[in-house]
Amino acid sequence: MPQAAARTQSPTVYDVAIIGSGAGGGMAAHELTKAGARVVMLEAGDMWDNTKDSAMFKMPYDSPRRGASIPDRPFGEWDACIGGWNIPGEPYTRAEGTKFDWWRGRMLGGRTNHWGRISLRFGPDDFRRKSLDGLGDDWPITYDDVKPWYDEVDKLIGIFGSIENLPNDPDGIFHEAPAPRYYERLVKQTSDTLGITCIPARLSIITKPLNGRAPCHYCGQCNRGCMTNSNFSSPNVLIFPAMKTGRLRLITNAMAREVLTGEDGRATGVAYIDKTTGEDREVRARIVVLAASACETARLLLNSKSPRHPNGIANQSGVVGKYLTDTTGTDVAGFIPRLVDVPRHNADGVGGGHIFMPWWLDNKKLDFPRGYHIEVWGGLGAPSYGFMGNIHNYPEGGGYGAGLKQQYRKYWGATVGFSGRGEMIANDKSFCEIDPTVKDRFGIPVLRFHWEWSDHEYKQVKHMQETFRGLIAAMGGEVWSQMPTREQGYGIANGGAIIHELGGARMGSTERDSALNSNCQAWDCDNLFVADGAPFVSQADKNPTWTILALAMRTSAYITQQRKAGAL
Amino acid sequence: MRDVTNHEHDGIESVNDSAEATPATGVPRAISRRDALAGLVAVPAALVLSPEAIERASAHAHDALVDQGTPQQGAAKETPPAQPPVRAPYVPKNFTSDEWRLVRLLVNYVIPADARSGSATQAGVPEFMDFILGEYANNRQWMKDGLAWTNAECRRRHGKGFVSCNDAQRREVLDAIAFPRTAVPEMKPGVDFFNRFRNMTASGFFSSKIGVADLGYIGNRPVAKWEGTPVNVIRKFGL
Repeated sequence: MPQAAARTQSPTVYDVAIIGSGAGGGMAAHELTKAGARVVMLEAGDMWDNTKDSAMFKMPYDSPRRGASIPDRPFGEWDACIGGWNIPGEPYTRAEGTKFDWWRGRMLGGRTNHWGRISLRFGPDDFRRKSLDGLGDDWPITYDDVKPWYDEVDKLIGIFGSIENLPNDPDGIFHEAPAPRYYERLVKQTSDTLGITCIPARLSIITKPLNGRAPCHYCGQCNRGCMTNSNFSSPNVLIFPAMKTGRLRLITNAMAREVLTGEDGRATGVAYIDKTTGEDREVRARIVVLAASACETARLLLNSKSPRHPNGIANQSGVVGKYLTDTTGTDVAGFIPRLVDVPRHNADGVGGGHIFMPWWLDNKKLDFPRGYHIEVWGGLGAPSYGFMGNIHNYPEGGGYGAGLKQQYRKYWGATVGFSGRGEMIANDKSFCEIDPTVKDRFGIPVLRFHWEWSDHEYKQVKHMQETFRGLIAAMGGEVWSQMPTREQGYGIANGGAIIHELGGARMGSTERDSALNSNCQAWDCDNLFVADGAPFVSQADKNPTWTILALAMRTSAYITQQRKAGAL
Repeated sequence: MRDVTNHEHDGIESVNDSAEATPATGVPRAISRRDALAGLVAVPAALVLSPEAIERASAHAHDALVDQGTPQQGAAKETPPAQPPVRAPYVPKNFTSDEWRLVRLLVNYVIPADARSGSATQAGVPEFMDFILGEYANNRQWMKDGLAWTNAECRRRHGKGFVSCNDAQRREVLDAIAFPRTAVPEMKPGVDFFNRFRNMTASGFFSSKIGVADLGYIGNRPVAKWEGTPVNVIRKFGL
C-alpha cells in the first residue's frame, strides 16, 4: 500500500463509497441515498452541469473553430464529454500487434455525457448464448431477473420507442417515438423491400414530461448536453437528485488509486489522489462500489493488492481483466441521387436516429455467430467544420466557382450512412493486465491491452459491409469507397473505438471462473461491488448502458436489503 | 483533517446555481427561443431554464475572428473575382503577405458571390483558414506547399505567379487541378492540394453566418412539437 503514511484520511466512515459517476455510479448513488445510505462519490474529472455548461444552441459561426475537435473533445469542441482516447499523463500500453484504443471520460457523469442515448434491453437469448451456440458463456442471471429493473429504469429515466413484440429485443415502457426524417422514411421503405426489420429508435430522450424534466425540444444537439435535461446523462438525472437528499458527498478531481482492505480482507475505503493538490487521500466506507468503467475497474481491482488479495482484489480466480469485449463496428455511406435538392426544412429532430434496425437474421443460415444492429445517419444537420468534404466525389467530379457553390446546395442532405454495431465474443487473446513498468502521472500502474478479433467478428463485419452496400444500391445510391478486403479486416473498427468495453470482472455462478457473483458482489470480498460494464459476461448486439443501469439498480437494491438484514 | 476541499460539492445549492441574468441577444429567428421554450410543457420552477440562460448559451463567442459581412445580393454570375478591398487591417498569423494575397483570391474562385449569397472572403474564409492553420498545425505544410505549387505552375505556364496572372490564365491552372477524375497525372500535387483547399473553403464558408443562411439551415432551435417530414418533402421524394 504505497504512501500509506503520507495519506490524509477522512474521519467520516461513509456507508458506501462509489468510484465513478457515470451510468452505474450515478444509479448506485441515486438508489442508495434514496434508501437512506450516506454515500461518498469519487470522480476523476471535474464538475459538470448541463443546465449551465452545455453548448446547446450554439451556431457554428459562434466559434472560429466551427465545431472542430479539440484535444480533450475528440467529437468536437461543443461535445459535452471531456475525455478521449488519449489523456495527457494517463497513458496505457498495448502488447505488440494490438490495436486497441481506450476511451476515458474525465468529468462528472463520465461517458453518459458522450453516448448516443441508444437504450436497448438485452434480450432473453443474450443472457444464455453459450446454451444456444456453444460459444462464450451464459450469464448467471436471466432476462426475467433483470426485466423488473429495466422497467424501473424506463420509469425513472425515460425512453422513447415502440411496442414491436420482437423475441430478443424486448419492449420497454416507452414514450412516443418521434416520426422519421425524410431519409429515414426512404431507409424504412427500402428495408421493408429487403426484409430487414426497421423500427423506431429506442433512445433515452423523453417526449413527455417526466419527474420534473421537460420533454425534448428537438434541437438535435443531445451530444452537447441538454440544458432542459430532456435526455439522460448521469449528473442531471441521477446525481443532482441524489444530492438533494443531503446524503451524497461528491468529490471531483479525485483519481482513485486502489481499494483499501483490512486484515480480514474486507474493503475499508478507497485511496485516491486529489488532482488539484497532488495529495494522497483516502475515504473510508463500509461498502465500496466500483463504477469506474469496465477497464478502469479492472485496473483498480488489479492494483488493489494486499496479503489477503495478492493478485488484486476480487481476483482469486485470475479472471480480472479477462473476457474483455467491445462492440464490433463498421460504417458505409452512400450518395442517394433520389434525395438531391431536399426542400429545406428543419430535419434535426432528436440528437440521434429516429429509426434503427435490430438484428433480424437467423445465424443458422449464416457463416458467423451473433448479430448486429444498424444505425442510420444523414440529413440536414448544422453545417460545421468538415462540411461536405470531398465534393469531387459527386457526379460533377469537382470544379470551382458558381457551379461548385450550387453543387453544395444541391447535394446537401443527399447522403445516407449506416453503422453496424455487433456482438463480439470474448476470447482468450483480448484482455487487459497491469503493465509491469509503466505508471501514470499519479504513479498508478497502467493497463496494457491485448486485442485480437476472431473470424467470428471479421465475418460479421463483412456481412455488415455487404448489407449496407446492398441497402444503398437498393435506394438507387452509390458508394464511393471500395469494399474493404479481408486484409483490411473488412473495415472493422479498432477495439475500443466503439467505446463499449465490457467484461474484465465478469459475474458468474462459481468463484472458480468469475470475479463477482450474480449480484455483482466480489466472491472474495463481500463488501465490494461493481456497478459498471465490468460484470458483463457477454456483449450482445445492444448498446450496454441500459443494462448497466438496470444491473446497478439491482445491485443497489441487493446492498440495501443486505444492510437491512445486517449481513453487510 | 476534514475531507472537505474547495472542489467538493455538498447538497443542491452548489449544483443548482440560479442562472445569472444576462442580456438576451437578439439573434434573429423565425420563432424566438424565448417563445419556443415558454411553450414547452410546464415543469417545476427549480428545473426550468430561464430564457436568459438559453439565450446566453448562444450568445457567447462573439470573439469570432471574422466580420461576417453582409450577403451580397444580386451579384453577377461567373465574373472574375476582383482582389477584395482590404477592410480592417487583419494581419494573418500563419500566412505570409504573398500567400495571403493568393489565398484571398483563390477562395473566391472556389466560392464566389452569386445571386443568393456573398463570397468566401465576405464570409471570412481566409481568416478562418488562418485560424485553423494556427490551431491545427497538420494543415500548415500541405497548404504552404500547395500555394507554392500553384504559383510555380502559373510561372511554368504563364511566367508569373497566380496573383499576377489574368483571369483566363488563372482559370487555365484551376481547370487543370479542379477535376480529379480527368486531371492528367502530372497535375497530381495540384489536384491533391486543391481537393483540400476546396474542402477547407467549403468548411469555412458554409459554417459562416452567410453560408448557413445560404443553405437554408433552420435547425438547432427549440421546436415545440416534432411533426416529422413535411408533406412537400414526402411528395417530392415519393416517401
